Amino acid sequence: MKQRAKKPVSSFLYNHPTLHRWALLVLPVGWMALVYIVALIALLITALWSVNEYTGAVEMTWTFDNLIQAFTDSLYLTVTERTLFIAVLATVIDIILAFPIAFYMARMASPRARKLLVILVSTPLWAGYLVKAYAWRSVLSGSGVLDMILRPFGGHSPGYGLFAVILVEVYLWLPYVITPIYTAFEQVPESLLEASSDLGARSGVTIRKVLLPMIVPGVVAGSIFSFSLSLGDYIVAGIVGGKTQVLGNIIYTDVGVANNSPMAAACALIPIIIIGVYLMLVSRTGALKRL
Amino acid sequence: MELKKSTKVLFGIAAGIVLLFIYAPLAVVLINSVNGDATLAWPVRSVTFEWWGRAFHSAGLLSAALTSFGVAIVATIVSLILGTLCALALQRYDFFGKSAINMLVILPIALPGIVTGIALNNAFTTMVGIKLSMFTLIVAHVTFTIVTVYNNVFARLGQLGQHTEEASADLGAGVWTTFRLVTFPRIKSSLFAGALLAFALSFDEIVVTTFTAGQDITTLPIWIMNNMFRPHQAPVVSVVAVIMVVISLVPLWLSQRVTSDID
Repeated sequence: MKQRAKKPVSSFLYNHPTLHRWALLVLPVGWMALVYIVALIALLITALWSVNEYTGAVEMTWTFDNLIQAFTDSLYLTVTERTLFIAVLATVIDIILAFPIAFYMARMASPRARKLLVILVSTPLWAGYLVKAYAWRSVLSGSGVLDMILRPFGGHSPGYGLFAVILVEVYLWLPYVITPIYTAFEQVPESLLEASSDLGARSGVTIRKVLLPMIVPGVVAGSIFSFSLSLGDYIVAGIVGGKTQVLGNIIYTDVGVANNSPMAAACALIPIIIIGVYLMLVSRTGALKRL
Repeated sequence: MELKKSTKVLFGIAAGIVLLFIYAPLAVVLINSVNGDATLAWPVRSVTFEWWGRAFHSAGLLSAALTSFGVAIVATIVSLILGTLCALALQRYDFFGKSAINMLVILPIALPGIVTGIALNNAFTTMVGIKLSMFTLIVAHVTFTIVTVYNNVFARLGQLGQHTEEASADLGAGVWTTFRLVTFPRIKSSLFAGALLAFALSFDEIVVTTFTAGQDITTLPIWIMNNMFRPHQAPVVSVVAVIMVVISLVPLWLSQRVTSDID
């Protein structure tokens, strides 16, 4: 008992777990709630405010004009459509590219080769987003390496534009898509595949009916990365997009150039809603637990 | 499952092409950093180390690198404290609102950077009315780096169970002593891994940074962004890109060594 009496705080906390828990949580949750949740709510509220036409100052007069404009104006609709197109196409291409290499890594490579491949695929994740986008700017430049390779065939570098944006988005998020698909392939027990072939299924049938359905959650988990990361990206469009405008550009211009926070806030709701809907759709597959 | 030899070869080739696609652009940047032609035209006709020399003598570049380093260090330290506290609470206790807190910590990396960026920018400038500065930048970075520490420590604590901590308390150790002598030594490797990720995330970040840093603050990514479009600076940017790729390999190598040493 003497020991206990010496540590009043510890024994008090031990007897009051709820207090102990909140003592642990007060700083991190306080930080996140104060900084982030307040900021997100404030963003919602700002979307309902307006900007004084003459002074450019934000005024606390309530209006739905920003939201109506963001969701109905043809400029915003066109850009939203284009951004969605980029995100969906990049995601589909990523999945197509990830499949063979993930399958090879998990099911065909020798253990040593597999280890090496895992390192080779995951290392570029660390190489820095900006550096990789810049690398493609050099590759695609008019006098760059791609132009040099294509010239003998009468071709040219596709240059900067929509195509380049999709290409770079595919490139940036590919390792994020390969990794969960590889993990999914690897976790399918061999015995299950053997059972299928014992029951008379040929390899093709086993792959289609047993293997593929089991890796769907991995594919979805990968798609969340590539989809939501390319949906909000505007740096790539700035670096290799030429004049291509995406949602992020518009939000950036509203804040940085036009100083119109309410309009920017309204536009920021577009990707939030799209990603929210996407997450809700895929949460049924159980993919969220694999992130 | 029996697979034909030809199928294996086919998939091997496909895997090779994907790897080539992943590494070729990085190789191009490496070669460009010694490309003798200032417009970085291909084919490369001469080799020069002028850009490397210029990179190491650029005061702006050096100070940008130092700024990024400082921001990342402070953000990492704060994340270590907050992330560990949060992981301890969520792993050791079951309570109402647990999944909401879990979601709250993950949210900043689940939402696109631009949403986090504009939300914080708006909160700082319009709502609170403070000027963007080094302080607002670090606050913003911590918000999305907490999750890396939290995730790693949470997973590690789950593996460990809490019997040893209870034993420590039974033997009379206080909360702090138990953490210092029992919990901490065993979560060290996960703290290290989380810290590396937090550092890398902060060091490389550009979107949230653009929205939350004061006008006078130039981090390395912002320096790269500003100089990429200046024709005579492009070769130097290539040098910086190569250095950043090489630096990014250090934590990777370190984390593999440390995790294999400790566990």
